[in-house]
Amino acid sequence: MTYIANTDKQRAEMLERCGVSSMEDLFRAIPASLKPKSFDLPEGMAELEVFAHFEKLAGRNHTDLVTFLGAGFYDHFIPAAVDAIAGRSEFYTAYTPYQAELSQGTLQAIYEYQTYICRLTEMDVSNASVYDGGTALYEACQMAIAATGRRKVVVDGGVNPIHRKMVHSFAKNLAIDFSETEVGPRRMERKKLSDLIDRSTAAVVLQNPNFFGVIDDQSDIVKLCHEKGALAIQSVNPIACAIIKTPGEMGFDIATGEGQPLGLPVSFGGPYLGFMAARRSLVRKMPGRIAGRTVDVHGQEGFVLTLQAREQHIRREKATSNICTNQALCALRAHIYLSLLGTEGLKQVARICRDKAHYAKQRLKRISGIEVIESGPTFNEFTIRLPFGASECIDLMIEKGFAAGFPLGRYYPGLDNYLLVALTEKRTKYEIGWFAEALESVICR
Amino acid sequence: MVSEECLYTKTHEWVRIEGELAVVGITDHAQRALGDITFIELPQLHVEVERGKECATIESVKAASDIYAPISGEVFEVNASLEGAPEKINHDPYGEGWIFKLKDYNRNHLSSLLNASAYEAFLESEA
Amino acid sequence: MSIIFEKTVAGRRGARLSKSDVPPAEPIEARYSRSSALQLCELSELDVVRHFTELSRRNFGVDTNFYPLGSCTMKYNPKVFEKIAHLKGFFSLHPLLPQLRGAGLLTQGALAVIYELEKLLCEITGMDAFTLHPMAGAQGELTGMLIVAAYHKYKNNRKTEVLIPDEAHGTNPSSAATAGYHVREVATNRKTGFIDLQALESAMGEHTAALMLTNPNTLGIFVSNIEEIAKLAKKHDCLLYYDGANLNAVLGRFRPGDVFFDIVHVNLHKTFATPHGGGGPGAGPVGVRKNLERFLPISRVVKRDDNTYKLEYDYPDSIGYVAPFYGNFLVCLRAYAYILTLGAQGLRRVSDNAVLNANYILHSLKDLFHAPYPDGCMHECVLSAQKQTEREIRAIDIAKALIDEGFHPPTAYFPLIVKEALMIEPTETESKETLDAFIAAMRKIAEKAETNPAELRAAPRTTPVGRLDETKAAREMDIRY
Repeated sequence: MTYIANTDKQRAEMLERCGVSSMEDLFRAIPASLKPKSFDLPEGMAELEVFAHFEKLAGRNHTDLVTFLGAGFYDHFIPAAVDAIAGRSEFYTAYTPYQAELSQGTLQAIYEYQTYICRLTEMDVSNASVYDGGTALYEACQMAIAATGRRKVVVDGGVNPIHRKMVHSFAKNLAIDFSETEVGPRRMERKKLSDLIDRSTAAVVLQNPNFFGVIDDQSDIVKLCHEKGALAIQSVNPIACAIIKTPGEMGFDIATGEGQPLGLPVSFGGPYLGFMAARRSLVRKMPGRIAGRTVDVHGQEGFVLTLQAREQHIRREKATSNICTNQALCALRAHIYLSLLGTEGLKQVARICRDKAHYAKQRLKRISGIEVIESGPTFNEFTIRLPFGASECIDLMIEKGFAAGFPLGRYYPGLDNYLLVALTEKRTKYEIGWFAEALESVICR
Repeated sequence: MVSEECLYTKTHEWVRIEGELAVVGITDHAQRALGDITFIELPQLHVEVERGKECATIESVKAASDIYAPISGEVFEVNASLEGAPEKINHDPYGEGWIFKLKDYNRNHLSSLLNASAYEAFLESEA
Repeated sequence: MSIIFEKTVAGRRGARLSKSDVPPAEPIEARYSRSSALQLCELSELDVVRHFTELSRRNFGVDTNFYPLGSCTMKYNPKVFEKIAHLKGFFSLHPLLPQLRGAGLLTQGALAVIYELEKLLCEITGMDAFTLHPMAGAQGELTGMLIVAAYHKYKNNRKTEVLIPDEAHGTNPSSAATAGYHVREVATNRKTGFIDLQALESAMGEHTAALMLTNPNTLGIFVSNIEEIAKLAKKHDCLLYYDGANLNAVLGRFRPGDVFFDIVHVNLHKTFATPHGGGGPGAGPVGVRKNLERFLPISRVVKRDDNTYKLEYDYPDSIGYVAPFYGNFLVCLRAYAYILTLGAQGLRRVSDNAVLNANYILHSLKDLFHAPYPDGCMHECVLSAQKQTEREIRAIDIAKALIDEGFHPPTAYFPLIVKEALMIEPTETESKETLDAFIAAMRKIAEKAETNPAELRAAPRTTPVGRLDETKAAREMDIRY
C-alpha cells in the first residue's frame, strides 16, 4: 500500500520529459557497488489490517489500572476540544512557520503561547518550546554558562532524577563542573546547597514542587545566587504555578518545566513539551524559536519568527543551541488547554489536585505501618514510607487494579521503602478510599 | 564607499586614529552585506582585546557576524548609543556608527592594515 | 485578527470541570503561595474553538496544497496513523508503568512497537542497532556526536574536530559544537556538487573525530564517491556520520550501513510520513554499527526467550539518557504503522516516485531558471533565481509570488553555496496534475519577471498579511502580549 497518486501512464510521460527511458536511469548516480545488500521488510498491509494490528498491540498495554503514578508526568483530564482543535490539519500538517505570510495562524499561536508561559511563571520572555523538561533544564544551564562565563553548575537533588540524568548526558564532553546535593524526602539540604554556591558558580538548579512533592519558597537561595553573581534556575510544574509562589516572584532568572500536564497525554513518554522563560536581558541567550509581533508593508499587524540570528540555520556552530524542530504542536495543545480552562479553571484544577492529595494523605495516615512524610507543604504528590519494599507493595497493588505510585528507591539509593503517590483531578473520593483500603490490606496481609 | 582617513582589515573593520585613541567600526561594505542591523553586543570596557580575535558581535535579521579586533589595545570607550539604535551603523558606518575606541593600542599593528585604496582593491578582488 | 487576550470576558468559563468530591485542604501558607493574580483568559468553549479555527484559516499545511519545501519532505500524512496514535492503550499509557512490574510486563504492546520499529529501521538503513530516543533530527545528530565522543574516549583517541561540508544543514555544525567538538567546514566541489576530496584530505588528520555527510546532499545530488571518502576516514579512525534528512530519495536503493557509515540518524517526520506539526514534534532515531552499540542511550528494549519484551538499563558504556523515556513515542508509533503499511515494495516506490517528481520539475523549469546541476537530481532539485536578478527579481520575490498562485514556496536561500537558491522537493505523494500546475505557475512567474517585475515584488497579495517587517520585529522585540 502506498499513498502515491501517479499512474503508470503518467510516470511514462514524466520519464519522457526527463529524457530517460526507465526509473533505473534516474538512479544512475548510485553505482552498482553501493546497491543495498538486503531490504528484507514485511509485505505491506491494508488500512483495515494495520489498524487491527495496532488495536491488538494497544490492548497489550495496561491502561486500565487506577493510577496514582506521577513522578513528574501526570494523567490530567483533557477537554475534548483540545484534540478537536489540535487535530485541524492546517496546524498539524504545516511546517515551521518560516514563510510568515502563510503561517500567521501558527505564529500568532506561538506569540500567545509565549504570553501564557510568561504569565504563568511571571517571567519576562519565553521561547516557542524545546523537546521536554529535561532538555529545557539543560538549555537553561547553557544559557547561564554563556551569560556568566562560568562553568560550575549546582544542582539540587530534589530536581527530577530523569532530568538530572539527561543534563549529565548532554554535558558529558563539556568542561562543566556539576555539583549535586543529596536530598531525601524529609527536607531540602539548604546548608549543603548554599555552601556549594561560590564566585565560580554559573547557575543553581532547583525544582518546585521538588521530586518528592514538596513546595518550597526558594527566594533565599536566589538571593544568595545573585550575591555570588550566579543565575538561579527553577523547574516548575505549570499547573502548580496557578497557586504556588512563582519563579518570577522568587526572583529566578530562568524558569523551565515539563509542559505535559497542560493538555498533553502521558503517551508513553512523548511527545512532551519543554517550556522556558527568562528575564528579558537573557533573551538573546535563549535557544529555539521565538515569535514576535510586527507590521507588514501596509502597516497591518502580523507575526514573524524573530531573533533568528541566535539559531543554527544562521549562526551554525556558534548558535545558542542546535535545536531546529521543536514541539510546536504540543505547545499548541498547551495553549488550547490553557485557553479552555482559563484563569479560574486552571486555579480550580490546581486546587482540586491539591485537595485530593491532601485527602489521600489523611486517608493513608490512618493506616498503621504507613508513614506520610510531612516535611513541608505539598501540591499534588507526596511521599509515604511503607513497612517493606515499595516495589513489592506496587506489585501486590497491581493485582488489586492500582498503579500505586512510583518506587523512590529506583532513583534514590536507600529509599526502597518509599513510595511517591500522585493525585490528579481525575481520581475520585471513592477511588482514593478503595486505594487506601487496598493498601491497608496489602500492608496488613 | 570607503573613508580615506581609515585603515582597514580583510574582515571589514576600520580603524581611525584620533589623538591617543584608535576608533574602530565596520565598513560600509560590511553593513551592506549584513543588511538592517538589529543588535550589537559591544565589548566590555577596560578589557584588553587582541588583534584578530573576536571582540563583539553584530546581528541583522538574516545574519550574525563577529567583529575582530583590528589591532590590540584596551577598550577605552564603547558606543553605548548603538544598543538603542544599531541602525546608526547602517546610516553612518564611519561616523556615528563607530563601535569602540582603544587606548594604549599596539602601534606596530597599524602597518599590517590596508589603506583605503588597498581595501577597495581587495573588495574588487573578492567580488 | 485579535489576540486571544483581547477577547477575554470577565466571568466567562470554557472547560466544564468536575466539582471536587473531597473536603478542601487548608489554603497554602502565604509565603508559599502565588501572591499576584493569575491572568489567563476567560472564554467560552465556542470562543476558543472560533479563535483557533480563525487562526487555522491563516495557516497552510500539506492538506491545503502543494508544499515543495526543499529538505523538509512535506509528504502527505495519512489519517489512519492519527487514529492509531489516539488509541487509548498508547495515548494514555504512563511511561513509568514498565517500572512497576517485570521491566515492562504491563506495557508489552508499547515495547513491541519500540523493538520492532528499531529492527525495521536497522534493515532499512543497514545498521546493526537503533535507538528511538532522540526527539528530533538535531537531537539525533547530538546523540550521534555523543556516541562519537564515547567511542574515541573508549579507544583513548584524542580527537577534537568534526568535518562538515559547507552545503550541510546548520544543525550539523551546531550539533557537533554542542557535543564539544571544534567544527571545520570542507568546501564542495562546485562542478560535481560533491565534497571536495582534496580539501577533505588536507582537512583530515589524527584530530578528526567524525565526518558528517548528508547523501543525497542538500544540492539534491547523490555523492557517489563515498567509498573513497570512507577509505580516507578509516585511515584516521574518523567515524562516518550519515545525516538521514534526505533518506526519502534512496529507500531500497542505498543503505548507509552497507557502505562504511558508522552512525545514522533518520527523520521520522520526513521520510516516514509523521506530521510536522507546525514545527514539531519530530523524531530522530539513531542507528549504529555493532561496535558502537554499547554506547547507545538507555533504556534499551530487548526480547526475552519467551518472546516478551523487557527494558534493559545495564549498559555501563552508554552515553546515558537523551530523552526522559523512550523518545517521542507517538511519533515513532505513527512511523512504525507507516512502514508496516507500505512494506518493502511500497518504500521502494516512495523513493522512485519522489525522485521522478523532482526530476520532472527540474527538466520542466531548467530552461527558464538557472540550474547549477541541470542533468538530474535525486528527491529535490536546486534552481536559482540568478537569471531573474537581472530584472531585480530575487529568490524571495519568486517565493512570495508562488504564494499568490496557491502554492507554498520552496526553500529559498539554501543551500548557502548556491546564490539565490530555490530548493524544490515535491515528494512522492504529489500527482502529475499538481506538479504541472506548479510548473505552469513558475513559468508564469519567470515571464512576469521580464514583463512586470514590480508585480512580483509586491507579492503576496492574497494572504492575510503582506511582507512583514522583520527588522522592526528584531529591534523592538514585541514577543509577548
